[in-house]
Amino acid sequence: MIAEDPAFWRAGAISSTLVMLVVLGFLTVDSLATIRPGGANVPAYTVINKEIRYEFDVESNRYRPVIGAEQLLFGRNYSAQEAEETMRLGKLVIQSRNCMNCHTFFGNGAYYAPDLTKAWLDPAWQQMWMPMTQSSTREDAMAIFLMNPEKFPTWSRQMPNLNITRKEAEALVAYLKWMSAVETNGFPIHFGHIQTNR
Amino acid sequence: MFRSQQLALRYFAAAMTLFGIMIVAGLLASTHYVQDGFMLNKLDFSITKTLHIDTMIIWLLMGFIGAVYWFLPIELEREVEGIKLAEIMFWIFCAAVAVVAAVFIFVQYGPATEMSLWFINQGRKYVEAPRWAAIGITLVVLVFVYNVVATALKAKKITGIVGVLMVDLIPLFGLYLIAFPSITNMSEDQYWWWWLVHLWVEATWEILIGCIMALALMQLLGTNRRIVETWLYIEVALVLGTGILGLGHHYFWIGTPSYWLGIGGFFSALEPLPLLGMVVHAVYDAGTHRMKTTNKPAFFWVMAEAFGNFIGGGVFGFMMTLPQINLFTHGTQWTVSHGHFAFWGAYGCGIIAVIYLALQKARDAQQLDSTAWKWSFALLNLGMVGMVGALLVSGIAQAFYERAMGGSTLQAFMEAQTNVWFVQGIVMRLVFGLVFAVGYVILIVDLLAIGRKRVATENFKARAAGGPA
Repeated sequence: MIAEDPAFWRAGAISSTLVMLVVLGFLTVDSLATIRPGGANVPAYTVINKEIRYEFDVESNRYRPVIGAEQLLFGRNYSAQEAEETMRLGKLVIQSRNCMNCHTFFGNGAYYAPDLTKAWLDPAWQQMWMPMTQSSTREDAMAIFLMNPEKFPTWSRQMPNLNITRKEAEALVAYLKWMSAVETNGFPIHFGHIQTNR
Repeated sequence: MFRSQQLALRYFAAAMTLFGIMIVAGLLASTHYVQDGFMLNKLDFSITKTLHIDTMIIWLLMGFIGAVYWFLPIELEREVEGIKLAEIMFWIFCAAVAVVAAVFIFVQYGPATEMSLWFINQGRKYVEAPRWAAIGITLVVLVFVYNVVATALKAKKITGIVGVLMVDLIPLFGLYLIAFPSITNMSEDQYWWWWLVHLWVEATWEILIGCIMALALMQLLGTNRRIVETWLYIEVALVLGTGILGLGHHYFWIGTPSYWLGIGGFFSALEPLPLLGMVVHAVYDAGTHRMKTTNKPAFFWVMAEAFGNFIGGGVFGFMMTLPQINLFTHGTQWTVSHGHFAFWGAYGCGIIAVIYLALQKARDAQQLDSTAWKWSFALLNLGMVGMVGALLVSGIAQAFYERAMGGSTLQAFMEAQTNVWFVQGIVMRLVFGLVFAVGYVILIVDLLAIGRKRVATENFKARAAGGPA
């Protein structure tokens, strides 16, 4: 019987692997085009000069980022090159401070601290940290908190002081703002639209 | 004994040492959850967590490499080609791991520059090792690939298992190169990062452990080569046939197109199939041999591997893999529960089985048995199942309170973390982690003693006197 011959199953293993690799190759080409900055799902880095919201879209039946009117960050309008350099620095802050081993980005990382996918849009910056840091803008409150987390303890779990400089903190805030504008197929669901009080 | 088998024993010793460090780091990370402010600004959670998962990757990798160095000369009936180089690489590997661990503990992090990524920490989960160390690991794997391929060519003998192993080593090496670049765009970064993490863990490693288990079964139960190789091919067809596009379950929420929701969900749902096949294979073989073996600990650990891989990797993975469910479970302790069970079941148990097999030959023991292995087997598996169950309770609470009800904000996160069910689960995880640690200590004591001549003689005398062995 052919099924008792190992060569039959070897041929099956080779062919199924090759077919799947070819399909993955095609999907990768398409996916990389979709997720490049300025692609269908990932905004250009200059989106940090705009207002970003996260709203329910009836047609697709999920929450989606919405790009609004101009909204300067740290009082600046970043050129394309400045925005790219800032993003580069922001990502280096994330990697050099090992953020991913406490937090998650797009839900990936460790689970000891909050997910940062839409952290820019979190209502707590305006409700809690702006008064605490005596800042007039959300980005300023975020930067001050990131530089001195021990001075602004909120809940029982605290963030360590990672010696983040002002320049690094601003780049990190810009990075989080850009990331909140990425189309993530509705994750996290209804972020920031429910006020918990238990 | 071949020189490569002596090298294998050194790899096993290093793997077991790192296994212990992994447990200590895990207990510290668990304590971070239970006690607020624990070691804050001294040894933060990010460091203990990094040590926990990196030592896990390295002890498993060392276990795989050791297992191949053990079986290869038996399979090809000759010494491994380039053994001197392999022996040198072992010490380089150990030295690099020690230096990286010291840097993680004492330096921890640096400024936002490329230099930090080169010399301190790359900050990407599982591949945090700084680039210089990643180059070292690449060289170790390269030499390992050379050893396997050159030995097969010299022996002019490529068995089915060695053939699969040789092909599998190509992605094992190639995918690791993804550990190097630093990509600004988080979506693209995670796209490639998942190629490394998923296609290593859920494809390349599964095939590697499949080859190792095939070789182990032939040695342990004398299973017919034709049956073992047929099963291995079926496993490869199913693992790669489902696992390559199963990669899609990591592409639900990272910015990638929505067609991944369907593709990832469908192929992930099929991923338990090969793992179920392995259970059938193991039970069939055990039944055929009426559970009779000269190496009970290895036999039971092989069984634990088959069931653990299927339940921990397959069932627990499937439970949260459909996008409709994953939207709520993704990035919660639910994932941690699955992760612990899967790594332990798929790989940890298999490597321990191979170590017992190797020790039987190395110590020339006709029968390998003891009381201690039963205790360690029971406590390690009880500890793991307890941790997995406790984390699942926490994960369910988190999915409901943070994701579904709270909307995943900072406040929702912290409210879920202080929810009574979450806290109970996280405390019980630490308790069962301690049970697991006790099991580890007994395992090490047993590995040092089992099968040695003195013990074997005592067992023989006891049997001769009619007492318990």
